[in-house]
Amino acid sequence: MGPLITNGIISNGWDFVIAVVIGIAFGFILEASGFSSSRNIVGVFYGYNFVVLRVFFTAVVVAMVGLLYFDYFGWIELSKIFILPTYLTPMIFGGVVMGLGFIIGGFCPGTSFTAVAIGKLDAVFFAAGLYLGIAGFTLVYPYIGGFFNSGYIGNVTLTDVTGISAAWFAAGFTIVALAAFWGTMFIEKRVRKNIKEYKF
Amino acid sequence: MDTQVTNYAEPKYINPYLGGVLLGLLVLVTVYITGRGLGASGAIKSTVVATAEVITPEQAKENAYTSQFISDDQSPMYTWLIFESIGIFLGGLLSGVIFGRAKKFHVEHSPKITAKKRLIFALIGGALFGIGSQFGRGCTSGAALCGTATYALGGVIVMFAIFGAGYVFAYFFRKLWI
Repeated sequence: MGPLITNGIISNGWDFVIAVVIGIAFGFILEASGFSSSRNIVGVFYGYNFVVLRVFFTAVVVAMVGLLYFDYFGWIELSKIFILPTYLTPMIFGGVVMGLGFIIGGFCPGTSFTAVAIGKLDAVFFAAGLYLGIAGFTLVYPYIGGFFNSGYIGNVTLTDVTGISAAWFAAGFTIVALAAFWGTMFIEKRVRKNIKEYKF
Repeated sequence: MDTQVTNYAEPKYINPYLGGVLLGLLVLVTVYITGRGLGASGAIKSTVVATAEVITPEQAKENAYTSQFISDDQSPMYTWLIFESIGIFLGGLLSGVIFGRAKKFHVEHSPKITAKKRLIFALIGGALFGIGSQFGRGCTSGAALCGTATYALGGVIVMFAIFGAGYVFAYFFRKLWI
């Protein structure tokens, strides 16, 4: 029963081998989907290419629904999986800063690694920026630690906060995703007619 | 250095919904095996901590942030996300080679801006993304994708904040792209 490493079914020694294999699959999917190109990625914000929305939301919905099935069949103990902690204001702030970095830089960290791999110099600069940004962050941390650690709610799930069962959230995300896939089809068609700078 | 704009008449990308299903299954398998999700920004953080430990060991141990990730038994590079990120690079290279996209170094940019401008903005964007990922406790992979997939409140917040802010700021930076 999963999680396999947490429950000692696979020994810790395999941890890093598994990490590399999972990473290869991750990098392959990102690159093969077109995420090694910043111009493909930012298309989601200008309406000329919604590949990010399609891949991202399909993945979220598949994983959300899949986890429910794994739980239902008793394959995984959901109480043992890692739940990202919530620090309310810092995380909203962080997300906004990432959104700004996204539209200026055209990559996110994972996609930039795959773009570096296929020779994109702009991705090398983006990754260097990541390094400098985080290094700068650690230097000023003593002054911003208070804000950084504020708004802590704990490692809570949507269900913990709202009392609504996870299945409803999975259903909700699925419906919103399907509606977005359908709607963006038309937006994309319209926008592409007027864009000549980018070939499809 | 080749600074030509690379546009592909017929990009040989896989179907995005297939990519999404594969990525979702990968998240599922990762959680099933390791109990945690995927990640990327954490690897850069480990690299920052590791270099800090080498260059300025005293400060690295005193700094309230970097000291959390330093231990006496092993290097800060000895983490799951570093190995996973090496994998991301290899997997990206593999796909790039298979689909014929792996090339020598070049800059991809809109024909309306110069390669130099693209590089400067890529660096600034990366720095912002790096800073944001610390406050967000992860980036698009760890927080937005895997956080949301595991129903974590924080993941959903980061996801909406990233994409929401992207749409808000998109107007101001449209000249970089379209």
